Amino acid sequence: MNKVMLIAGKELRSYLTSPMAYIITCIFLLISGVFFVLYLTATKYADTSIQGFIEPLSVFGLSNIGNVFLPLFASILTMRLLSEEKKIGTWELLLTSPVKDTEVILGKFLGSLGILVCMLVLTMYFPLMLAIFGQPDMGPIWTSYLGLFLIGSSALAVGTFTSSITTNQIIAAVVSGGILFALWFVGMVSNVLPTAIANVFSYISLSSHFSNFSVGIIDTKDIIYYLSVTALFLYAAIRSLETSRWN
Amino acid sequence: MIKVRNLTKYYGERLAVDNISFDVGKGEIVGLLGPNAAGKTTTMRILTGFLTPTRGDTWIADCNMVTNSLEGRKHIGYMPESVPLYTDMTVREYLAFFGRLRGLDAKRTNHRINDVIGLCNLEEYVDSIIGKLSKGFRQRVGLAQAIIHEPEVLILDEPTVGIDPLQVSQTRSLIKELGKEHTILLSTHILPEVSATCGRVIIINRGRIIAQDSIENLSAIVKGARRLRIEVKGPHDQITKRLQRIDGVKKVSREGNYLIVESPIQIDPRAQVTEIIVKSGWTLLSIETVEMSLEDIFLQLTAKDKEESDSE
Repeated sequence: MNKVMLIAGKELRSYLTSPMAYIITCIFLLISGVFFVLYLTATKYADTSIQGFIEPLSVFGLSNIGNVFLPLFASILTMRLLSEEKKIGTWELLLTSPVKDTEVILGKFLGSLGILVCMLVLTMYFPLMLAIFGQPDMGPIWTSYLGLFLIGSSALAVGTFTSSITTNQIIAAVVSGGILFALWFVGMVSNVLPTAIANVFSYISLSSHFSNFSVGIIDTKDIIYYLSVTALFLYAAIRSLETSRWN
Repeated sequence: MIKVRNLTKYYGERLAVDNISFDVGKGEIVGLLGPNAAGKTTTMRILTGFLTPTRGDTWIADCNMVTNSLEGRKHIGYMPESVPLYTDMTVREYLAFFGRLRGLDAKRTNHRINDVIGLCNLEEYVDSIIGKLSKGFRQRVGLAQAIIHEPEVLILDEPTVGIDPLQVSQTRSLIKELGKEHTILLSTHILPEVSATCGRVIIINRGRIIAQDSIENLSAIVKGARRLRIEVKGPHDQITKRLQRIDGVKKVSREGNYLIVESPIQIDPRAQVTEIIVKSGWTLLSIETVEMSLEDIFLQLTAKDKEESDSE
């Protein structure tokens, strides 16, 4: 566990000393801020907001955006995680140190999760503003954050995996973007399919599990889904690391 | 300290290491010598647990690196050929990370950092960003990283490649210094490196060991011949002809301004050579016996190895 935290700390540090994490966070905040405003005005409650009642819909809007954009940002965040180490060769030092493969992957993943948490915490000024100028229902807001955290961690796990299979960061980002898009897309397709298949599709979709969180429902089914995606891809990353020893 | 038995590694179809076995005893400095693509790096990567062998076993400090790699890796300090570094870290941060990763506590890590920067002459640069250091200093940081956790075994892949001559000699003396406390296996394709640092050499070519012995013994094995280098003023063609007539001289050849006289080791033609030259009225400027260089040994051994495998 110690070594996991050591690697996570090193990863977090290298995120914070390179411009990448800042740029991603800025763009994420910019986009989610713009959509927050758009949703707020679109719901027409903005005019009466000062003393009025603000629907959680405005935060619902934010979380909808988050659930679409967050996976893509996650792909960019994780693309260098392992591929860069492979490319510059520090990989070789990491794998010849007395550290388990699992510890390497978990450490890397937790490092990127740290940045994701920072990104989410920075968006909290949206609910804060709502709370100052209105009386929003905080329940759905917190569950939305939980949902964003879970969907984000699934996306980071996918990114960790794709970063472990290549030395090219761009390929890592594109492949994880592709996997995430596919997982998101099956949810949309499920609307036009016969019920039986649609149920399967919507169950494996990243986006359909999010809707409960955004309206304030915590369903263990959804939590387990996101945790399984995370675990599956982290496991795949560990295996891919093992495979590299066989070359 | 290092034990290798019947080690074989295939990359897909390509055979990189072919059934090699060797030992490195405690406190030895052993050179793994071979041309590029001979299998040196692959061997080292298997020894450090970075790669798994196709067949065979390796032991580091009595830990089997195939079945118990995690334990074995604690005893290894490794510097890969490319000297990989986190270029956005300072030297101190980098060393601290690997110290902690290899199981030192915070206090011990700090203590060791002070030790190794002293040893590797990095005092001035300990708080510099690694990316801004020159190649020679990066090499030292790589070496410092390998010894930070006081491993019993040091594995250094081409430790002096790409640095300037002064730094090369500094690195070599550092390696010799480290050899007092560590068992060292280093690879190189530069021949003088082996004679400058190693007590024993393992020559490897196309995945196979073609010779392993102390440097003195190796030269004795291949020697069999005495070589005299003569500098003489006079018509070289005539001199060559005259010298060839001496009993026992096998060959006289020109090498730049010198003549090389080869004879079996039992025969010493020096007296006759000088006599002939002086009597014929030529001027003898110098005469010396030349030791066979490692380069010659190497060429001869690889050529032999090639002949044998060709005739198979």
